[in-house]
Amino acid sequence: MSKSQKIRKVSFEVLRYDPDQDSEPYFQTYEVPCQDEWVILDAINYIKDELDRSLSYRWSCHMAVCGSCGLMINGEPKLSCHAFIRDMPDHIRVEPMDNFPIIRDLVVEMDGFVEKLADVKPYIHPKEERSIDDGCHTQSPEQLLDFQSLTQCINCMLCYSACPQVALNKDFIGPAAMALAHRYNLDSRDQGREVRKDVIASNKAIWECTFVGACSEVCPKHVDPAAAIQQAKIAATGDYFKSFLMPWTKKNKGNSEGEKS
Amino acid sequence: MSHINKNNYKASHKPIIWSLFAAGGTVTALLLSALILLIALAVPMGFISADMFHYDRIQQLLSNPLVRLVVFGIIFLSLWHAAHRMRCTMHDFGIRADGLVAVVFYGLALIMSIVLAIALI
Amino acid sequence: MDKKEQGQFGRRKVMKQSNGNYIRSTAKFSWYLKKPKYIPYMLRELSSLFVGVFCCFLVWGLYQLSQGEVVFNQWLNVLWNKLFWLNIVIFLFVFYHSYSWFMVTPKAMPIKFKGKRIPGWVIIAAHMIMWIVCSIVIFALFIYGA
Repeated sequence: MSKSQKIRKVSFEVLRYDPDQDSEPYFQTYEVPCQDEWVILDAINYIKDELDRSLSYRWSCHMAVCGSCGLMINGEPKLSCHAFIRDMPDHIRVEPMDNFPIIRDLVVEMDGFVEKLADVKPYIHPKEERSIDDGCHTQSPEQLLDFQSLTQCINCMLCYSACPQVALNKDFIGPAAMALAHRYNLDSRDQGREVRKDVIASNKAIWECTFVGACSEVCPKHVDPAAAIQQAKIAATGDYFKSFLMPWTKKNKGNSEGEKS
Repeated sequence: MSHINKNNYKASHKPIIWSLFAAGGTVTALLLSALILLIALAVPMGFISADMFHYDRIQQLLSNPLVRLVVFGIIFLSLWHAAHRMRCTMHDFGIRADGLVAVVFYGLALIMSIVLAIALI
Repeated sequence: MDKKEQGQFGRRKVMKQSNGNYIRSTAKFSWYLKKPKYIPYMLRELSSLFVGVFCCFLVWGLYQLSQGEVVFNQWLNVLWNKLFWLNIVIFLFVFYHSYSWFMVTPKAMPIKFKGKRIPGWVIIAAHMIMWIVCSIVIFALFIYGA
């Protein structure tokens, strides 16, 4: 099978910034002969290999599972390994992801996101202590279906770049963190909803979301964080009123939300 | 070095206003467009006669206290839905004085609710 | 290392932090004009202004009703004449509110039936039908109720 011979000359306007040398970011243009099947990442690799060794950027798997290569491509947050050049014009602007500090060139600082993610305690809080002898948790396919799409998050942060509320409010915990909190709240093995409530139902989380929906539109794994957040709002409202009207109620189990029949 | 510490997460009482927003949004979505057509547009556009809005007729329609309660409920919820969404929209427009905005819009909703209650009792 | 609070995002697209890092933000207060996809969102949010305005009209009208026939008729007159075109605009925005509200309802309601998720379009269609039914009921109640 012969490789595609179609080569298209595409000019890439890439943001460059070296904090040791530059007082502010600037754009540098590269002419790249792109093959028909290339993604943006292929072109950037070409730039680094052939044209400019100094360009810095993140990437790894080249198949949209690691979440490393998020960039703004012509103003839209995309994974560079998931954005096909054949769908794009002859002039492409490449910038680091919006709403994050730039470390250098196309590399952004992720710390803010990682801390927000850790704040929601995204791991199973088991209902009771189990030993190895108890065996593993069991879960039916229906129970898995409740939260399965939310497990697909690859922490690529495109949703943070897309969300106008993240831009307007830097303390906003953001789509992915809330989607992942909801993922665990819906997991039948987990009972951590009480623990997460302080963060999720706080003034910096679900109530800052105005359901723009941009997060779900850019998500490469179809996690749909916007839906997760709306469901979390309903769940949190229920919890809130229950705590006032029925303060004697035992702590809510995490698996009862999202399931109505 | 956590630049977001736990103290940043304050408990929120937003569920109260959000429930009004959500209920009001649903009520508005289901009912308001028909009400606008009926009350504001049907007569000037000639679909029904102005006699349908004769004072005595309207008084009779609203004579049942249950009807008045329902009317109150619909308008009340729609008012608070609008107030909350407008407050959030001001934030989207970049207006930072959220406290003041909240007072203005919720205050308006409260005043209108009181006038409505007085009108219907 | 501590990052200094940057305060208002507003004017500048790129700002330098105290440690030399650049943060790029889309938080210009005209952000919603930057991409076509934000316009429907802003229109949806602005629809609440028109909802609020019409509710004020209704409150005013009900109050005039309680004050007697003459002022009530004056209110009707203003509503049907002076405010006609505004009411057309209000109607369009409220219609858009209904449409956008029902389009997102499935996202907030992951209903399962016999173990499978009900598809979104079913939920939307059910709400649209309810919308039509409610509207017919309102017309019917008004026309035949007295």
